[in-house]
Amino acid sequence: MGKLRTILAGVFAAGLLAAPVVAEEESAMPNLNWSFDKIFGTYDLAAAQRGFLVYSNVCSNCHSMKLMHYRDLSGIGLEPEQIKAIAAGVTVPQGVDDQGAPKDGPATAASQFKSPFPNDQAARAANGGALPPDLSLIVNAREGGPNYIYGILTGFVPAPSSFKMQDGMYYNKMYPGHQIGMPQPLQDGTVEYTDGTSNSLDQEAHDVVTFLSWAANPELVERKQIGVRVILFLVFMTGITYAVKRKIWSDVH
Amino acid sequence: MAGLNKSEFANPVINWIDTRLPIFTMMQKEYGVFPTPKNFNYFWNFGALAMVNLMIMIVTGIFLAMNYQPNTQLAFDSVQHIMRDVNYGWLIRYVHQNGASMFFIVTYIHIFRGLYYGSYKTPRELLWMLGVVILILMMATAFMGYVLPWGQMSYWGATVITNLFSAFPVVGPKIVTLLWGGFSVDNPTLNRFFALHYLLPFVLVGVIFLHVAALHITGSNNPLGIDVKTPQDTLPFHPYYTVKDSVGICVYMIVFAALVFFAPNYLGDPNNFIPANPLVTPADIVPEWYFLPFYAILRSVPNKLLGVCMMFGSLLVMFVLPWLDTSRVRSARFRPIYKWFILLWVVAVIVLGVCGAHKPEGIWVILSRVCTLYYFLHFLVIMPILGKLERPLPLPESISKPVLGGRGGGPMPAGAAAKPMEKA
Repeated sequence: MGKLRTILAGVFAAGLLAAPVVAEEESAMPNLNWSFDKIFGTYDLAAAQRGFLVYSNVCSNCHSMKLMHYRDLSGIGLEPEQIKAIAAGVTVPQGVDDQGAPKDGPATAASQFKSPFPNDQAARAANGGALPPDLSLIVNAREGGPNYIYGILTGFVPAPSSFKMQDGMYYNKMYPGHQIGMPQPLQDGTVEYTDGTSNSLDQEAHDVVTFLSWAANPELVERKQIGVRVILFLVFMTGITYAVKRKIWSDVH
Repeated sequence: MAGLNKSEFANPVINWIDTRLPIFTMMQKEYGVFPTPKNFNYFWNFGALAMVNLMIMIVTGIFLAMNYQPNTQLAFDSVQHIMRDVNYGWLIRYVHQNGASMFFIVTYIHIFRGLYYGSYKTPRELLWMLGVVILILMMATAFMGYVLPWGQMSYWGATVITNLFSAFPVVGPKIVTLLWGGFSVDNPTLNRFFALHYLLPFVLVGVIFLHVAALHITGSNNPLGIDVKTPQDTLPFHPYYTVKDSVGICVYMIVFAALVFFAPNYLGDPNNFIPANPLVTPADIVPEWYFLPFYAILRSVPNKLLGVCMMFGSLLVMFVLPWLDTSRVRSARFRPIYKWFILLWVVAVIVLGVCGAHKPEGIWVILSRVCTLYYFLHFLVIMPILGKLERPLPLPESISKPVLGGRGGGPMPAGAAAKPMEKA
């Protein structure tokens, strides 16, 4: 049934922007190869780490990831020291001081990812009325998943001359209605990679989508590994049980 | 009438208990030596599968409830807490989530079995009606369970479905207020849905007990739809059907595991990964797949009250099925015309399901109207009339006859029907 609901494709975000949805032909969903596709697919950890860099340097200026904690980053292969260092570089609210005034302090591995805005109203005010959605589950929350998010990130093209744009909106060929409140976040060379990987737009988008896919489904690798073993066991059990059944029923005619 | 049970169990401890509380004698009678028609096909596995599924749902549900917060501010995040922080929480939750889908797959096949082989006919009317009660309870439980994660589809699904009751004149709005515990779907709604979602499965257990108790009075139907006549027609439930059900359970588990481990969100809706927001309506509110045929029936009628009545009617009509079917032949195997009508009905239900997934526009409206018409026509017109007109094929003399005939007609081995039981 998941395939049947083509209409739903991410239209919800349009509602968040309170923009009238213009019924127009949407561009085709890209179909990329993801490291985590297929039965034995796992996350490309190097790509996920580069994706985290993209998120930290670019996305996190507007988008929160409230379901994530710094400790979770061990899931993309970061060492405890690296995680501590990343957390220590972030200042987060830490309750109140002796006088009862709110105080800030460095984050720890146990802290939630820091949100860019204190609340939704502040986020809207800073973004022309549009609320940048939380990215913790964004890959699961859109029809098309990673391909759709990739399509949005690489879908910023000049608007056709006949297309009427609203003020403060940007043209995106992937986005339902084509008017998105987010300016193009990534371009060729937006993020400096330290591992020598090309920092083209395609690569950056591919990396950050790998990171976001991991964030949405951190259990995926373990789930598939257990799944293979469970199904092998069950196939074996089915064989044995069927043999026993044949044996028991052999005297019935 | 008081009196100790004469227990036949050799083990002294079991004997001691069984003398005072004959549960072992009962189990032996109902599941050990219980005479069961020998000609079941694999369709007869699905009752046992549904029972296994219910147990899985209750066990996983209890563990989920230990970590879930039925509060609009916390519910969505508490589900994600289960998915991310609770040990194997993702496994428990995906089993529960996909277990609901598996439950409906298994139950719908179980119902089809009953319809095709005429299991609802005398003397099994009450058994069938209890089954309809189970289906309705299951649907209510599933609906309320889907609200608990408090995503967008949870919230808006709850809003749409509870609002259906407002179509009824006079009492409608009062029922809706009672369901909501207020004037919109909000925290009180979530609280009572959680309480009821925890309660109803145990009510289900009770009704299923009655369903099975009734089954053990009438005995099972079988693919030939004829009554058991001699002991040669039956086999003891154990080991013949315990092992046959075990094969079914293994295959069912493979399908279940494939869903849970490799496509846990395939049957879900991406919108439910967005926290509920009363201010933003999703573009298309779609119920879970197992409600789609009924949703299509609801939307096929332009009048709201009539649509609601048709939707509930499509379930309630099942209660009178035993009296709508006028044919005395149970199994569709021996009803050359009816066989095609009942299969057409299955096609209509599947098409309705596809219609329910699409916006009610153009072809989908026409299709859902045609199929809705056939759904009711089948039960209310075709069944009563065809039963009188149709000339059934000759029925076999007994269950063991055609089986012997099919294999060249050797004599029945004496021990087959009375395999010695190994007692505890």
